[in-house]
Amino acid sequence: MNEPIDGIDATRRRVLGAAALVALAVAPGVSLIAAADAGQRRAAAARPTRRFGLLIDTTRCKRSCTACVTACSAYNGWSNQGRPIDPQWIRKVEVTEPVSGLSHSVPVMCQHCAAPACVEVCPTGASFKRADGIVLVDRHICIGCRYCMMACPYKARSFVSEDVSGQRPDAPRGKGTVEGCTLCVPRVDAGELPACVEACSRQGGGAMTFGDLNDPRSAIRRALAAYPAVQLRADLQMDPGVRYQGL
Amino acid sequence: MSAIHYREIEGRGAGFWVLAALLAGLIAAGLTAAWFMEHIGHVITGMTNQVVWGMPHVIAVFLIVAASGALNTASIASVFGKVAYKPLARLSGLLAIALLSGGLLVLVLDLGRPDRLAVAMTHYNFRSIFAWNIFLYTGFLAVTGAYLWVMMERRLNDHTRRVGTAAFLWRLILTTGTGSIFGFLVARQPYDEAIMAPMFILMSFAFGLAILLLVLMSACKATGRPLGDAIVMRLKNLLGVFAAAVLYFLLAFHVTKLYQAEFDGAEAFLLRDGGVYTLLFWGGAVFLGGVLPMLLFWLPQTRRSRAAVVWGSLSVVAGGLALLYDIIVGGQAWPLSIFPGMQVSSSFYDGVVNAYTPSLPECALGLAGCAWAAFVTLFALKLLPFMPQSLADDAVEPPARIAGAGATDAAA
Ligand code: SF4
Repeated sequence: MNEPIDGIDATRRRVLGAAALVALAVAPGVSLIAAADAGQRRAAAARPTRRFGLLIDTTRCKRSCTACVTACSAYNGWSNQGRPIDPQWIRKVEVTEPVSGLSHSVPVMCQHCAAPACVEVCPTGASFKRADGIVLVDRHICIGCRYCMMACPYKARSFVSEDVSGQRPDAPRGKGTVEGCTLCVPRVDAGELPACVEACSRQGGGAMTFGDLNDPRSAIRRALAAYPAVQLRADLQMDPGVRYQGL
Repeated sequence: MSAIHYREIEGRGAGFWVLAALLAGLIAAGLTAAWFMEHIGHVITGMTNQVVWGMPHVIAVFLIVAASGALNTASIASVFGKVAYKPLARLSGLLAIALLSGGLLVLVLDLGRPDRLAVAMTHYNFRSIFAWNIFLYTGFLAVTGAYLWVMMERRLNDHTRRVGTAAFLWRLILTTGTGSIFGFLVARQPYDEAIMAPMFILMSFAFGLAILLLVLMSACKATGRPLGDAIVMRLKNLLGVFAAAVLYFLLAFHVTKLYQAEFDGAEAFLLRDGGVYTLLFWGGAVFLGGVLPMLLFWLPQTRRSRAAVVWGSLSVVAGGLALLYDIIVGGQAWPLSIFPGMQVSSSFYDGVVNAYTPSLPECALGLAGCAWAAFVTLFALKLLPFMPQSLADDAVEPPARIAGAGATDAAA
């Protein structure tokens, strides 16, 4: 936790400080500040030498299992009742090859790209990538334009269309802003696994591996070296940090 | 060369105030809708996590695109030295400002957090075309304002050409920027084509001119100012050419896409199986936006008719809105291709055509943007001398010598 703050993060902190002031001046009703501040303090710990990613082995993921989705929803405080406006940070997509009928059940969430389209298009810089590759939305400066949602190839983001209730202290949400998978950044910063990965290994098929893609000794790197894996829509060259085996 | 005399419109009659009240009412309704959208949330709109941009964006983009096109008439006069268009230069600049401000109003009020406008103005991500557009729009208002000023202030008249050129170049970049918003969305198959940007420029020429013609004809009619055939027929012919050009680009756009197998599904959807989107494309964009105006403007039976000019211009506007709805909403209705070549399904609408029905509040907001543009125009015409006192053929320089359909009337 005592890593030196790199330049990017220092700037970001200044920028955020200013944003917070502006937000306070123009919208006295803005909440979330305390929670996001906590997030900021942690963001300073992101190490640029690491790149976090996920490896998902679809052969171990059963269609009937939704442990990852349930855990994410519980930890991050969102829920989906099936309405088109409901948020969905992680979902199971049933993928079927039309000729053979071979099908897979594939968890899809923010792919934490190295060259994320959402960060590229965001007018205010609210969409940002941490030094360790985790792609986040800064709820302080998101103006809710949804351009990032238009640009994301994975439908990984949701717009909050109504008041939120049951917020979790570590996962601030806000009406009128955009949200998505954070790789459970508070947990990661505390040295824990993302909620989906933990749930998958406990109650699911153990299909998910989380780790540092830059570290050759990490479990994820060893698994990637052993079997071929793919990125979704690799042709778009956004270099997702989430990889899939067995597809 | 005789000087052109400009005069404010009187704006004292009952008609003026009824119109003003109507527009004010529409603006108030839109603001109320926006207030509800902010306080209750976008749940009261038809927009969802699948179709994230809807009716407000269709109308806002239309107004913004039309704004830069409305400036064209002024540019033709001051940049390209076509004297015949000079009397319209002020009106054209005014419409540009009015339309752009209307479009921006809608865009801003549709934001999830319109209260954070200050954040948008102080935090820029310079890699975002959207952020650049914020500069392009505010710059456009400033440059066009300056342009109007040098045109209207006699002592500064000498600068008209220089400032006019700046405004013209600015508007070209602005429309390219607006078109690029969609062209850059490579993840969405219906967009992802660089031809979007030039197509938007042509669209702006057509929409802007159609609106200019409509405003010009109704303003002259309402104030009893003479409006000769020379100018109307000239503008009408130009509008016909622009409508044809948009049609050509539309064709080129889809042919390019059809050549690439990866877009086959999206193209079949938009052009053949898309229900309302297919209808809007063929019936709206192609027929109303292109074919019908060309027929009305150039068929021997209608080419001399003023009514045909009005209907043709309205048709261009309707076709333009249909085209933008098709591009913006239709482009999102078609599902993202995350697993190309596979059949997909999920609890989050993967692999299905997304439904969208615009709700009353978002339509009211869009309408308010249009009403705002009209309101600004109306009062600007009343307060400042934007309109020439006469556009009769003998008041327009050079005396009626025009190509094409209107020639005979003009000479008569
Ligand atoms: S919705 Fe928020 S995060 Fe997304 S592009 Fe707009 S400002 Fe950026």
